[in-house]
Amino acid sequence: MNPESAALATTVDPGHLTLLIVVLPILVSVIPLIASLRDVSAGWVTAAAALAVNLALTVALAASLFLTGDRLIRYEIGGIPVPHGIELVADGLSILVVLLVSLVAFTVLIYTRTQGPRGNAFYSAYLLLTGGLLGVSLTGDLFNLYVFLEITGLAAYALVASGDTGRGAYAALKYMLVGTVGASLYLIGVGYAFLATGTLNMADLERQLSAVGYGDPLVITAFAFLVMGLAVKAALYPVHTWQPDAYSSAPTGVAAYVSALVSTVAVYALARVVLSVYTVDFLDHHGDLQALVIYFAAVSIVAGSVLAVYQSDVKRMLAYSSVSQFGLIVAAFAIANPNAVYGGLLQLIGHGVAKGALFVGAGVFAVAYGARKVEDYEGIAHRSPYAAAAFAVLAFTLVGAPPTVGFMGKWYVGVGAVESGFLAVAAVIFFSTLLTLAYVVRLVDRMYFGRPTRNPLLADGGGDDAGDGQGVTHGILVVLAVAAVVGFLMGPFASEIQALVQPTMEALT
Amino acid sequence: MIEEFIARHYHVAFIVVLAIGLYMLIESGNLVKKVIGLNIFQMSVFLFFTTAAYVEGGGPALVGPESVPGEHSNPLPHVLILTAIVVGVSLTSLALALVVRVYREYGTLDEDRLEEVMAGEP
Repeated sequence: MNPESAALATTVDPGHLTLLIVVLPILVSVIPLIASLRDVSAGWVTAAAALAVNLALTVALAASLFLTGDRLIRYEIGGIPVPHGIELVADGLSILVVLLVSLVAFTVLIYTRTQGPRGNAFYSAYLLLTGGLLGVSLTGDLFNLYVFLEITGLAAYALVASGDTGRGAYAALKYMLVGTVGASLYLIGVGYAFLATGTLNMADLERQLSAVGYGDPLVITAFAFLVMGLAVKAALYPVHTWQPDAYSSAPTGVAAYVSALVSTVAVYALARVVLSVYTVDFLDHHGDLQALVIYFAAVSIVAGSVLAVYQSDVKRMLAYSSVSQFGLIVAAFAIANPNAVYGGLLQLIGHGVAKGALFVGAGVFAVAYGARKVEDYEGIAHRSPYAAAAFAVLAFTLVGAPPTVGFMGKWYVGVGAVESGFLAVAAVIFFSTLLTLAYVVRLVDRMYFGRPTRNPLLADGGGDDAGDGQGVTHGILVVLAVAAVVGFLMGPFASEIQALVQPTMEALT
Repeated sequence: MIEEFIARHYHVAFIVVLAIGLYMLIESGNLVKKVIGLNIFQMSVFLFFTTAAYVEGGGPALVGPESVPGEHSNPLPHVLILTAIVVGVSLTSLALALVVRVYREYGTLDEDRLEEVMAGEP
């Protein structure tokens, strides 16, 4: 950590940081809209400044969190004591998600500077979405989680429609209809949990639920609604239908941001509900329910990969691949032993980095050459060597080739699955990895071993060998390179990261 | 069995309204009707919370000279639903804005026609 953030971490109560991180983007989000009244295009500058400050605050929070022994910072908003007040909680699980959100929000913003969409309203929604995502990651209250989930949803629907196509608006509407049903199901779950216990605070619920008894019908019904609602938000098969249209019709910057973070944070919320609120004891008590969730997620792993193999559109292929990846992560959290949970967490972060950057890469090739289908990628590596190299590394992160973070994540989940006796899940992970390899190799093989002369999109000299084609600025290449390096290096450093979050893992599992 | 249902008529109503909303959301091909279905669906959740907070014979939970002695309804779910209603209103307005946008672009609100027109697009 740098000296500035170290000084900040020691002088300020780190609890205030959690609040500031959530509130800052939401408050600043009104500034671009106010600027619109005076015809000032202050959107990008405001958003960049706010997100840069937010990133610094997040790093400071992470630094002070890793200095605490139990890796736990709790902050009661407004000084109202829990369980009556709302609290924000930062621990080893949430801090990694918060870091991911802040980092991706800032880097994707760099991409949108040249590639759009532009306009003050876009940047307002962008900041609002960031605030919502950070709120979901940090809140320690079930109902507050619902509110942040809906803030996230509203901003995401608006952003998906922010392109100038009618298709985007239609995809956003479908996204919204399904997403709202998911959030409402979650809210019903919150209602049942409240009826059973009379509390909404997660830490308090953990105690109250076991006091009520895990066999209580209200407790079980609440679990079913909470998990189902968040599964819709996470786009698990078969409730994934909104997701490929939303990702492929949104402007590239939005697709990168939404695909990297929105479902990721929903899955994080699912992990919170299953591991923090319901705990491993509940899963042990209801082995059949646990198996149901795991096999439901396993179906998603296979179905997502199979559907991805059949896609000819690169963005849709990447979208279906998310269905599979989130199935894997949900299965990992439901297996709920230390290895599986850590693998799920690694995969959650690694997938966010890789998928967001792959969408940026797909956007780069679409702008530079008009390449959208798999066959359009023929020989593209000979024209855009740097972007293609980063794209290939990230694609292999998705497959789980060693030593990338994708490999380490799948490894830990696989080991965890075998430890808990879910051999079928381990087999599914292996099978799905083969399928992932199938569609990734199909793409990377064309990029590197196809001849650019045979590709009509490249024939008219679109782009030169040194400059990666028109529209590909150095900023975008830096974004891709950073993502590729992070995706690559998180693998070898997996055990160091594990040591950092170990106290949280012990508390959860 | 019947008495069970009658005693819990408010919960039965919640389930029925939820099912009607969800059915309309899935079945109707018209985008505006889908939004109405979504509204009905959300309304059932509001109904669920507010009825769950009701205490038979309980008064409003007021402090001060207005306060009623005896049992009180639980005010917390009511406040939660106030928030959820605000969320619902903003969702509806965004949904209608998107519907207007789709209609301007394609001149139809019918789901099947829309899919047809879009399949013809490049």
